[in-house]
Amino acid sequence: MNEFFNLKPGQINGETGIWEMVIGLEIHAQISSKSKLFSGASASFGAEANSNVSLVDAAMPGMLPVINEFCVEQAVKTGLALNAKINNVSIFDRKNYFYADLPQGYQISQFTKPIVGEGEIIIDLDDGLQTTIGIERLHLEQDAGKSLHDQHPSKSYIDLNRTGVALMEIVSKPDIRSPQEAGAYVKKIRSILRYVGACDGNMEEGSLRADCNVSVRKSGEKFGTRCEIKNLNSVRFIIQAIQSEAERQVEILEEGGKINQETRLFDTSTGETRSMRSKEDAHDYRYFPDPDLLPLEFSDSWVQKIREKLPELPDLLKKRLVTDFGITPYDASILVEEKDYVDFYEKAANGKDGKLTANWMITELFGALKKENILLSNSPISPENLGQLVALISDGTISGKIAKDVFAEMMISKKSPSDIVKEKGLEQVSDDTEILKLIDKVISENEDKVKDYLGGKDKLFGFFVGQVMKLSQGKANPGIVNKLLKEKLK
Amino acid sequence: MSDLLKFDLLSASIALKNKEFSSLELTNAYFEAIEQTSALGAYLEIVKDHSLNMAKASDKNFKNGTLRPLEGLPIGVKDMFCTKDIKTTASSKILENFCPTYESTVTQNLWDDGAVMLGKLSCDEFAMGSSNETAAKGNVVNPWLKNSKMSPGGSSGGSASAVAARSALAATGTDTGGSIRQPAAFCGITGLKPTYGRCSRWGIVAFSSSLDQAGPLTRTVSDAALMLNSMAGHDKKDSTSANLEMPDLMNYLDKGIRGKKIGIPKEYTQDGISDDIVTFYEKSINWLKESGAEILPVSLPHTKYALPVYYIIAPAEASSNLARYDGVRYGKRNEAASLDEMYEVTRGNGFGEEVKRRIMIGTYVLSSGYYDAYYLKAQKVRRLIKEDFDNVFKEVDYILTPSTPTTSFELGKKQDPLTMYLNDIFTVPASLAGLPGISLPVGLDKSGLPIGIQLIANSFDEPGLISTARVLERSAEFNFIADGAAK
Repeated sequence: MNEFFNLKPGQINGETGIWEMVIGLEIHAQISSKSKLFSGASASFGAEANSNVSLVDAAMPGMLPVINEFCVEQAVKTGLALNAKINNVSIFDRKNYFYADLPQGYQISQFTKPIVGEGEIIIDLDDGLQTTIGIERLHLEQDAGKSLHDQHPSKSYIDLNRTGVALMEIVSKPDIRSPQEAGAYVKKIRSILRYVGACDGNMEEGSLRADCNVSVRKSGEKFGTRCEIKNLNSVRFIIQAIQSEAERQVEILEEGGKINQETRLFDTSTGETRSMRSKEDAHDYRYFPDPDLLPLEFSDSWVQKIREKLPELPDLLKKRLVTDFGITPYDASILVEEKDYVDFYEKAANGKDGKLTANWMITELFGALKKENILLSNSPISPENLGQLVALISDGTISGKIAKDVFAEMMISKKSPSDIVKEKGLEQVSDDTEILKLIDKVISENEDKVKDYLGGKDKLFGFFVGQVMKLSQGKANPGIVNKLLKEKLK
Repeated sequence: MSDLLKFDLLSASIALKNKEFSSLELTNAYFEAIEQTSALGAYLEIVKDHSLNMAKASDKNFKNGTLRPLEGLPIGVKDMFCTKDIKTTASSKILENFCPTYESTVTQNLWDDGAVMLGKLSCDEFAMGSSNETAAKGNVVNPWLKNSKMSPGGSSGGSASAVAARSALAATGTDTGGSIRQPAAFCGITGLKPTYGRCSRWGIVAFSSSLDQAGPLTRTVSDAALMLNSMAGHDKKDSTSANLEMPDLMNYLDKGIRGKKIGIPKEYTQDGISDDIVTFYEKSINWLKESGAEILPVSLPHTKYALPVYYIIAPAEASSNLARYDGVRYGKRNEAASLDEMYEVTRGNGFGEEVKRRIMIGTYVLSSGYYDAYYLKAQKVRRLIKEDFDNVFKEVDYILTPSTPTTSFELGKKQDPLTMYLNDIFTVPASLAGLPGISLPVGLDKSGLPIGIQLIANSFDEPGLISTARVLERSAEFNFIADGAAK
């Protein structure tokens, strides 16, 4: 019973005890490149079927691949951002299999010598803790085309637009121990990819997808047999699929069964995984070095040039935000999730109270945008205006309460907060004589309550403050109201 | 035979410049020859209107005096080269009626230099074969020997047969393990395989990408130089194409070989070589010696592994290169109920026996569990073979070998694939090492069939190869003409 309540994420309480999950992820990230990995055809998304297909993509006789250097640079950039070893010599291999949407009959990939070797990243968990996940490798490969089986009763249609589009496959070590960690890992990778600009990380359009390898074991035991769940395209599905797959495996093992190593698919309607093909049916891909391509070679100085051009990455940026703006590590980790969050924040907080700006941005602005389903890039409130609002609070021009009204107005009218404050006369009243007038009025209208208060009913003090604030239409400076009221009611 | 057909490429070029005849007349003469020799089966496709238009355009240039290096010279093209809007089948049923929308770099280079295209020449299916007997459209006949049907060799059998029968002034070929040199030897003409990377592979139907190389089949060494001058050159569209300027080979025709060292590899003089070939090999050695070269014995110890290595690597690459012929996008498709069945019937019917055999061998040697023992091992031995040559080229400038162990054989006589593969025993090692080699005719054997001798040079030394071959050519005085052309 106690054990049950102490379960950590990634643990499953079975009949025979507590099981833990062992998870490794393969992320396929489409490189943000105008043209494909080995052909000049456009790599843009959403074009008319078969309109972005070159002779090379269609694998016409005698056509040859030529490497797109821009894509190589993106892979190196990403490798550096993953703190990984860059391999100055790597090799392209052919992965051979027959399918209608694979014109060449092989995918050009990297098998034995990938462009990027081992690395590691730090992920942030919900409880504020961090953990390190190892990267096994990153390699370049071509995407396949698309088969459409639902367009005709007896025929399949093929769209080759995606054929040959450049992908990076980022393979983690089996260091992940819970679905939540897997989710955080994917988010972190996506964030890094966006920071360096190598991939837009758009999971809906399929520019980022993940295969999850899942096994279970009792703590301290060796790794169990794993199953691979293919092609998951959202963080939510990744979390669901891993949880349900691990539970399925625990159930089988506790019933005395064995896990078959296989490839599985996640059914989003049932929330469960189902078998796609067993190990016995697995392809023999007959990898061998592609004789049409020379080994990919580059110099240390070329890598160094790319390193120098790297943007500030989330981990360092987070540290800097904490130091420069005095915000909490937690707030900083939210702000660095996306590059445009940080950009917005830094503009807004420039010369302002950093902590207050972070609060307003994370609580108020993100809340309001989420409610209206607006992206930060389309925010009606500009960073400058948010900063101005914070400044108005800091210098006492308006109270925090009034600021909320101003903020609501800003969301609608897009006006600057100072304009709104001026137009509506919302400046805070901090003048003693002004406020004393209001106090006197409240005292004279509530003589009996004053008596009670002076007779010992201390709780009534709040009532007087409220009355004064009400009378000022919320504009009186609450600090000064407090101070003067206390003096007056001695 | 028309007098115009007696000219070789170089002399025809001079005669055209001197306006002794027009390109149109020359081209028409070749179309007559094509018709008269049609029984040889060399041509798969002729494009007469297209050719005559090209010839007329050249004649205009002769009038204007704006001449290109191959202006007005009619040549044939092996069917492995994709030619824009002209059927390109690689002699395979699976590509019957395939018409590319693009032109291979090598043939484009030739047309840009003024050559006139006669048509497409037969070859072994996907260039896999040494007798031209695997061509889907049937055998090509060697124009030598009036009364028997001999093999022209392969895979560039159509090219060799046409040049020897004077139904093409010159022709392009491709050489993977000897596919230019062996048919040239069988047909009594000159065949040059350049250094791997000299000619772009873009637009050439791929057989074995790490070995395939285009080259000329011609009547003389000078013609080979003239053709290769135009064919070669760096091409950004082929990542394996060498970014190296090739010197004008015509400047190397008469450089001689005084003081050069010629290596005679002991591994190339084994049993199984016909006596006549041995005799002419020895004669060739003497000719070179008399011309001022120093003859040195050399050793290429890994030679005996070359053929097995070749028959692992070439089929491995082919099994992958030919996967694209799946009936999905172009070429022949046999309809079936499922995708897998469609593949089976399309590829089962579309490919011939030899191609299927090599796809199976290639698939096998790349399979998990066999890869290390076959493909990987073969790659390692290939490196040793290359190192053999590197070492020998520290001592000598050129290597002299027979081109083939025997002269041509009768069509249909060699049924056993292994015996067939032995044809390439002398040409395969240079292919594996990526080295340039040339075969030229030096004499006839007792039955009247041509004997070819091969010269091998170090990488990118085509100029020296041409100089040396010219010396041998002059000494050999091979002036025989195939007499079975119109059988």
